[in-house]
Amino acid sequence: MAVYVEIRKNMDGFSLNLQFQSNSKRIGILGASGCGKSMTLKSIAGIETPEKGQIQIGDRILFDSGEKINIKPQKRNAGYLFQNYALFPTMTVEQNIGVGLRGRWKEKKERVQEMIGKFGLSGLEGRLPGELSGGQQQRTALARIMAYEPEIILLDEPYAALDMFLRDRLQQELLDMLRDYEGTVILVSHNRDEIYRFSDDLLIMEKGQAACFGKSKDIFSNPKKKVAAGLTGCKNFSKVRRIDDHRLEAADFGIVLCTERKIPENTAYIGFRAHEFEPVWGMREKNCMKVQVESAAQLPFEKQYFLRPEGAVSQKEDQEQICWFVQRDRQREIEKRGLPPYLKFTEEHILFLEE
Amino acid sequence: MLNEILINLDWSPLFISLKTGIAATGICFFAGIYTAGRVMRMSKKKREFVDGLLTLPMVLPPTAAGFFLLLIFSRRRPLGIFLFDEFHIKVVQTWLGCVIAATVIAFPLMYRNARAAFEQVDMNLIHAGRTLGMPEYKIFWKIVMPEARPGIASGTVLTFARALGEYGATSMLAGNIPGKTGTISQKIAMVIQDGDYITAGVWAAVVLLIAFASLYFIDLLAGSGRRQTKRWQR
Repeated sequence: MAVYVEIRKNMDGFSLNLQFQSNSKRIGILGASGCGKSMTLKSIAGIETPEKGQIQIGDRILFDSGEKINIKPQKRNAGYLFQNYALFPTMTVEQNIGVGLRGRWKEKKERVQEMIGKFGLSGLEGRLPGELSGGQQQRTALARIMAYEPEIILLDEPYAALDMFLRDRLQQELLDMLRDYEGTVILVSHNRDEIYRFSDDLLIMEKGQAACFGKSKDIFSNPKKKVAAGLTGCKNFSKVRRIDDHRLEAADFGIVLCTERKIPENTAYIGFRAHEFEPVWGMREKNCMKVQVESAAQLPFEKQYFLRPEGAVSQKEDQEQICWFVQRDRQREIEKRGLPPYLKFTEEHILFLEE
Repeated sequence: MLNEILINLDWSPLFISLKTGIAATGICFFAGIYTAGRVMRMSKKKREFVDGLLTLPMVLPPTAAGFFLLLIFSRRRPLGIFLFDEFHIKVVQTWLGCVIAATVIAFPLMYRNARAAFEQVDMNLIHAGRTLGMPEYKIFWKIVMPEARPGIASGTVLTFARALGEYGATSMLAGNIPGKTGTISQKIAMVIQDGDYITAGVWAAVVLLIAFASLYFIDLLAGSGRRQTKRWQR
């Protein structure tokens, strides 16, 4: 089922202006807080109304400012999972699931029972939302949505309020529960792990605009734009001056890089992920940067070094430190041989980025 | 002496006040909730204006409100003439006047409390109701009202208390006709003028009792249904 979204809306401080189309069933929207991604989702659900644009799910037009079509949220058949789940606090689990169902009492009862069984809520029918654990609340909210057989499900940062431990488990649980759902699901998040794990197609948003759109695996391996690289977790950036097809000067790293690949004409930045640096002891090799470790942090499964390159052109105070993250199995080698004087930019991991 | 007074006491002010209080509270309850619901749907600018207008009777001196009411309902004025000629309804110097005066004065309390209670309701709950296909009236009765219940209940109590004790506007519009429009507050004011402090004291005690009983009763109502009561201790 195809999704077509085109939205224009003035918001506080910026304007939302984006357009995307996807045939994928699992779409992710990644962006920093306040970039308009929630507003996009709410516009699809019909809770918010854009000033201009068109929203189409499959062959149903939900909104078209030109044709003056604006289907009520009640009729859009879009399930919306809210950040806080928005379970009705004065209703029991059973009442929450059945509250808007239509039809005869007996049919409704059966439907509710089916959902309670399917989402593992047996025995909790009479509880109020406040008496449920985070996981049970999520299952209730999802059961409530699924009871209506929505055509599309919209997930609005479903884990933002949860602690890390619960988060990973609930993410997996949600994916499992959605596995046999036939319709389209759109997930909005600022968490790259969540998005990577979930989505086939990915839209990256910045300040109300669509920065990139494509297959999420492609965007993660080759983000093409600086925003996209940052949001997908790249930590190190440098402004570059392209010398020729195979050489560029990265001023913030204080290095000239030579590459086998042809450097795209419009490269304005390079990015390098903190996990990809190769430590080099002894002789300096090609594409090596001489570094000075300024600080280090030991995490349970990795060590994070914060470094400053020697010979970087701009030695300003506000110059960002370079991050180098070392997995635990690698740490032993470093302990034995001492901190390396050089870090190597491995060619295949250099990201050429546009502004 | 107290016994003597109690035996000879004319209880009509009690019934008139209670009847007035209940009628006015009934009207305010529905009108206040309805208006608050309408105002919640308005744009910010319009809302501020309407809000000011509806709160006016609360900040206006009751006698001034009574003056305006008299202007409106006097049988020498268009509306008063119309009401009397068409429906044979008299407002000035009647029990209906008591009710109207109390309603107008107490209405802002109900309206403001209801609106504050509605403001507290999480918008996401309403959004959730909409995306689940619930019609607006059902969202209002099944989601908004239960959530707003404590605020509505306290609004109702305050409205009742205010309506029960209304003096200024009532004395202007309805007057103090014993057995007809003579409410407790007017009775107290009257007997005090005669220097009859004991009768005044009896009535004050009666008012105190009613006020406390109604507060207690509605607190019970508001509290039931909530499984947990917040208590600031341990």
